[in-house]
Amino acid sequence: MAAPSQRRIIFKHIDEPGYTNDLACYVRNGGYEMLKKAVAMQPAAIIDEVKKSGLRGRGGAGFPCGVKWGLVDRKSGKPIYLVVNADESEPGTFKDRYIMHQDPHQLIEGIMISAWANNVKQAYIYIRGEMPHGARILEKAIAEARAANFAGPNILGTNYSCEIYVHRGAGAYICGEETGLIESLEGKRPYPRIKPPYFPAVLGLYQCPTIVNNVETLCHVKHILEMGGDTYAKIGTPNNTGTRILCVSGHVQKPGYFEYEVGGITLGQLLNEVCGGPLPGRKFKAVIPGGSSAKILKFGETFTLKNKDGSSRTLAVEDIPMDFDTLAACGTMGGSGGVIVMDDSVNMVEALANINAFYAHESCGQCTPCREGSLWMKKITNRMVHETARPDDGVLLKSVADQIAGRTICAFGEACSWPTQSFIAKFGDEFKGYADAKKNEEAAPLV
Amino acid sequence: MIAPAKSDLVTVNVDGKEIAVPKGTNVIEAARLVGVDVPYYCYHPKLTVVGNCRMCLIEMGMPAVDPVSKAPIMDPVTGKQKINWIPRPQIGCATNASPGLHIRTNTPQIKDCREGVMEFLLINHPLDCPICDQAGECKLQEQSTGYGRGYSRFIEQKNVKPKRTQLGPRVTLDDERCILCSRCIRFCKEIAKDDVLGFVDRGSYSTLTCYPGKALANNYSLNTVDICPVGALTSTDFRFKMRVWFLKQTNSIDTESSVGANTVVWSREGVIYRITPRRNDEVNDTWLADSARDLYKPVRAADRLGSPLVSGSAATGEVAMAKAAEFLKSSAGSVAVVGSGRSSVEEQFLTRKLATALQASTHLVSRTGEGDKLLISADRNPNVRGALVIGLIAQLPKSTLGELGAAIDAGRVKAVVSVGEDLAAAGLTTAQLAKVAIVYLGTHANATTAAAKVVLPTLMTFEKNGTFVNQQFRLQKFFKAVPGPTGAVEDVAVLARLVAGCGGAAVAGEINTLWTTIAAEVPALQTVTFANLPETGLLLDATPWATLPFVEGETLHYKPAAQPASS
Repeated sequence: MAAPSQRRIIFKHIDEPGYTNDLACYVRNGGYEMLKKAVAMQPAAIIDEVKKSGLRGRGGAGFPCGVKWGLVDRKSGKPIYLVVNADESEPGTFKDRYIMHQDPHQLIEGIMISAWANNVKQAYIYIRGEMPHGARILEKAIAEARAANFAGPNILGTNYSCEIYVHRGAGAYICGEETGLIESLEGKRPYPRIKPPYFPAVLGLYQCPTIVNNVETLCHVKHILEMGGDTYAKIGTPNNTGTRILCVSGHVQKPGYFEYEVGGITLGQLLNEVCGGPLPGRKFKAVIPGGSSAKILKFGETFTLKNKDGSSRTLAVEDIPMDFDTLAACGTMGGSGGVIVMDDSVNMVEALANINAFYAHESCGQCTPCREGSLWMKKITNRMVHETARPDDGVLLKSVADQIAGRTICAFGEACSWPTQSFIAKFGDEFKGYADAKKNEEAAPLV
Repeated sequence: MIAPAKSDLVTVNVDGKEIAVPKGTNVIEAARLVGVDVPYYCYHPKLTVVGNCRMCLIEMGMPAVDPVSKAPIMDPVTGKQKINWIPRPQIGCATNASPGLHIRTNTPQIKDCREGVMEFLLINHPLDCPICDQAGECKLQEQSTGYGRGYSRFIEQKNVKPKRTQLGPRVTLDDERCILCSRCIRFCKEIAKDDVLGFVDRGSYSTLTCYPGKALANNYSLNTVDICPVGALTSTDFRFKMRVWFLKQTNSIDTESSVGANTVVWSREGVIYRITPRRNDEVNDTWLADSARDLYKPVRAADRLGSPLVSGSAATGEVAMAKAAEFLKSSAGSVAVVGSGRSSVEEQFLTRKLATALQASTHLVSRTGEGDKLLISADRNPNVRGALVIGLIAQLPKSTLGELGAAIDAGRVKAVVSVGEDLAAAGLTTAQLAKVAIVYLGTHANATTAAAKVVLPTLMTFEKNGTFVNQQFRLQKFFKAVPGPTGAVEDVAVLARLVAGCGGAAVAGEINTLWTTIAAEVPALQTVTFANLPETGLLLDATPWATLPFVEGETLHYKPAAQPASS
């Protein structure tokens, strides 16, 4: 079956020849019309449209955006903040960066519509520290939007005002976790908060109700308003609506970013047809479908899933549609849309060592299991690769990961243990074989 | 603790045991009430909850209700309401009691959680217990015995961190032992209001440190050592001095101000090694000023009085006390008695008896300083209110003995008994001291002992039993931790002998017996005996003294009564 074609909504103008990231170009292409439409609407009506659209967060967890907005405490009398999570730091993910670099006004329009809908007076874009260029572009775009009265005081002649501020992170993965991000925004170490009681919707930034949304998610809000929530909900598959950007990296012929209807393309179509298949002479071995923290899928394994009518279907890795629910049912996740492909040239022990090094470096160190466990796992895989490997190291690795997942303050516990758990579960033989190979290597004469 | 109203109580179920606790009580405390131990490191009852150690993980469930009708869903097997258990373990410290809350701490999952956290905490810990001061009172030791696996699977290199950082003048840090619970950081920020500690670096390399250019130098810095669950923060003074399991613990009271912080004195074979706070939620919570921990140092000072002196020559106690009594009796009518706000209630009671027997005027010296709004009040005498309660004084003392000086100059006073007060320091001139015969009861040599006719060495607070009345009018007792030096006699025994020798009614010179007399004679203390006085003290009725202009400002758990504007 031929792969469906891309449906570019968010990425409509990305890489379009002649399309620039200044205000004039954006307006020329119909920009800010939806903001004009929004300020003529009741805020609650916009929230309704977002709820109807079924939009799910594109940052990683896939939490329904409308539900998130609905949880915001609007009775506290405190200001409501909108925080844009532009800390895109999940390895394998590179979508928000392109939105900010090439179409920053799309994000700003999405922010302003969402701010209007939620009566937000101050919005913060928390941008990853490693993206100074993006921060400069955003600053310039915000200044343009302010000058044109699309942001700032009394937008579009209304008495509604909302300022947008860009805040640069200092280079920590954990700042992508929403409560860690909030702490960092408050000027503290980005230690994620305990939930309960610190749910951002109630006790977020400066202990005020706060909405934290991903860049791509907020951009969708503009398009939901344009086509209406019900129409948007028809894109994609039920409960997995809209389009999403998939970032493919690793061992394919043509890596890159692609925007498809959610669930509108299978993993096999994406890798084989869109990305040109494996490199010459190689075979696909494994794929991480949603950023490095997602559990790995092994080519050749199959999944038996229950259908709604009670029957069941069996899927190979290639058959998995790239939506939230099916990926979850297959034991992994859509995550942030970062698809990392590994072919048969990859040694899984070394690949895991790489991932473990990342998570050990990025653990904030606040709570015990993640702090100690992530570094321990790194030390084990490092030793396996660079010193000696023991046949039981895989068992130990899995046990350490099991002691982390589900027991930490934030989802980093899962993020750092899922790779290890899934690598060992699916490539356990390779870990054992690696030890045996190391042993032979050592036993070999030194001459 | 004041019993909460019934309506504020909620019933929770801990490992099958039901208990009613005040709503909002956290699970650790609720479990404690039914005798279930939920282990923890970072949680501290007097600090904010951060939930970072993950040691207190528990299983939590709520009674099942139908989402629509809200009717309870019953379990057909047990006939009781079904409990919906949350699959993920929750932290006990941040889980508050709500109606019907169910907790399980004894399941395989929780056992595994605790073993996991214990293992993680130990992999980068130096395990240098044999040379660690915390050994014997270390949560890591105790809980690895109680909840750990007992063996290590860690064969990698441990992290290397700074080993002996001087965080301040009194606190030494070993970062490798630190389990990053952040109790010390929270204490400095929330209680001491001196936010100088923090973590640098991240992940397992996180390191506790003082901010650049700052030092942990506030007068509460040693509380960080007390609350450190491991041997990371140690007292520079106490470290490597003594194994804690050799030390005897004696309850005592901080005498540096009228706050009366509760303390424990740690001693071995008659030598004190340290003083730490004792929890009293009405007085000092779990805190103690650093300065209060140095109070034992004068116990073995070089200027400590050892032998009784009569006219500057050593004498036996018997001879000296007989001489003093004989001498005072002969001067009866022209004697002044200087009591002390540092004396115990019992000593002040006998001081008053002595004054009555000698028809003497009574005097007291005030000591004041700036209060720190926490555990050191403006009144630096621990027991001025004791003197008021037992009737040694009726008004608040002045800072000098001006009236006594005038009476000496006028020739109305020919002899002075001083119970531990240095008369020279209290404002009497050398000439005035020379005009009178002085009987001095005290612990250390000073200008008054040099001028005294009879010197009777007595005991320091750590060497005797007694009571103080703090600023809240709370009667609190302290106990003898170590014996006094040879030649020194317990103050109440000396005073009782003098009372008898000066013609007063015979009175016991032993605390327990003495209290029957005190209870009989002092209405405010009618029901009190030394033995039945609670360890956390007894609040006395303060109304008779409500109008006195006490000097204390606000401190922890104390708010001064509104004073009439001073003229």
